[in-house]
Amino acid sequence: MTLIATESLTKVYGGGVTALSELTVAVEPGIVGLVGANGAGKSTLIKLLLGLLTPTRGRIQVLGLDPTVDTAAVRARVGYMPEHDCLPPDLSAAELVTHLGRISGLPRTVARERASEALRHVGLHEERHRPVGGYSTGMKQRVKLAQALVHDPDLLLLDEPTNGLDPAGRDAMLALVQRIGTEFGISVLVCSHLLGEVERICDTLVAIDGGRLLRADHIAAMTTATDVLAVEVSEGTEALAARLAALDLPVGREGRLLLVPLADQGTYDQILGAVAELDLPLHRLDQRRHRVAELFARRESSHA
Amino acid sequence: MPEPTGVIHDIGYQRYTGPRLGRRYVFGALYLHGVRTAFGLGRSAKAKIFPWLVVGIVLMVAAAVTAIRSQIGETVMTYAQFADSMSWLVIFFTAVAAPELVSRDLRSGVLPLYFSRPLSHADYPLAKLLALVTALFLLLGAPQLVMFLGAAFTSDGMGGVWDELLDLLPGLLYAGLWAAVFASIGLLIASLTGKRAFAAGGIVAVFLMTTPVVGVLSILPAQAANQLAGIASPPTLVQGVGVWTMRDLLITDPDGVVPDLGPFGPVYALAAVALVAACVTLLLARYRKVAAR
Repeated sequence: MTLIATESLTKVYGGGVTALSELTVAVEPGIVGLVGANGAGKSTLIKLLLGLLTPTRGRIQVLGLDPTVDTAAVRARVGYMPEHDCLPPDLSAAELVTHLGRISGLPRTVARERASEALRHVGLHEERHRPVGGYSTGMKQRVKLAQALVHDPDLLLLDEPTNGLDPAGRDAMLALVQRIGTEFGISVLVCSHLLGEVERICDTLVAIDGGRLLRADHIAAMTTATDVLAVEVSEGTEALAARLAALDLPVGREGRLLLVPLADQGTYDQILGAVAELDLPLHRLDQRRHRVAELFARRESSHA
Repeated sequence: MPEPTGVIHDIGYQRYTGPRLGRRYVFGALYLHGVRTAFGLGRSAKAKIFPWLVVGIVLMVAAAVTAIRSQIGETVMTYAQFADSMSWLVIFFTAVAAPELVSRDLRSGVLPLYFSRPLSHADYPLAKLLALVTALFLLLGAPQLVMFLGAAFTSDGMGGVWDELLDLLPGLLYAGLWAAVFASIGLLIASLTGKRAFAAGGIVAVFLMTTPVVGVLSILPAQAANQLAGIASPPTLVQGVGVWTMRDLLITDPDGVVPDLGPFGPVYALAAVALVAACVTLLLARYRKVAAR
């Protein structure tokens, strides 16, 4: 089953601002990263997925349902964690999550049970009976995650879940999201402007920029090996470069690295031979991998 | 050896396969939560002070009225008059409860959590409105019930009880009108701002500022303007509807100042209906906008 599918999805706001333009993407269940700079259209896409906005053109499907038509059915199966502060300070986490569980359609006693379960899973125990106003940012983020989880959704939409967290808090939140995606069997769409974070936990990545799709693919496909060998020696980089050039190998430079196009297995031997002849301490010799960040780097250079 | 019992296992995450209840239940849950909120239930002790102070006052007044009637036999006020004489308390209660119901949610940003759930953008304000109407109705209706019980136990025979009941029912209907008008105005004003103090001030201001308008209109040299003056302010509008529909129950003092409606009684009723309808329409429009934010 396709988790999220859009077809030529376009959203133009009243003021003529195009937030999304001709977005066509299909993602499979799993942990999906949605990356893009601020204003790239991430929040608009989330609101369209929840049926809070109607598309100007094109079609959108969530869990096989159209959120503009079956709004209630979609929302019953989706949990949403907003980016901004959204917790009433005077209620306790347990009360708030129970109440929101009922608004999701859970019977009263079930809502109470699942609320304390959800809070336990995000790591809030006894403190759940204290008013949220006294919580740290990390605890508030956990409550926000718990309320999205309370009605056992099939898809979680997390908007910048690590916002405002310190490095340890970020790691804990990312580990939690990864656990939800793998152990709980709930698909997750993580929205972030921090590529590094998303890259760490996601199976699939959807990159958007200025409302347009940059690329949507498995992380593995984005980091496939390239036909370039990277060579690093502790000293004598210049001598090695000259030697390789003399062997008719087109050598490129990138910082302390020498980049050599990989023609065939012989290229390895030629490089190893050259290093051995010059008696240089070889630090590293490996095949270069694509980095996800190149996606945006290339985009920027084409802009320039 | 017996097996150890009571061992707690971490059974991990459990999927939920039970029922997911529909729109009516969700509406009901939000409505009940709203009624509780209006009286400060499930909230801090501070939030309970004002609502229960008002409840205490109206119940004490009702008890006093009942006691005077049973001891001296003098009817201090009828059921319908009770709402009229408590109008300022109703305004203050609205000014506190309405912001508590909607401004607080706007302020804390919790609305995206509601509107990402199977709750339509119309159901949220309607549930809150119904909750406030209920709270105000209880505020005015419960004391009348106290008065009725007092009168019923001291009256002679079933006939007396029946007469009391016939007096009580219009009184309760009148209380319902007060509740509907005040709740819809109060909630609309409160839904415009996230600051509770502003919302409370705005609600009191609407009732305060319109009273002089009624005063000015009622001393104009035109008779029609005098007779229609009450429409300009919500409390006098409601009273006008009351005087038109149940004059005998509201005006018991033959020497007192009686608002003169002339032939415009139905106009008052239409104005009251139009006012509530307009407030509800604007409230729905407001939340259509808020939900998409």
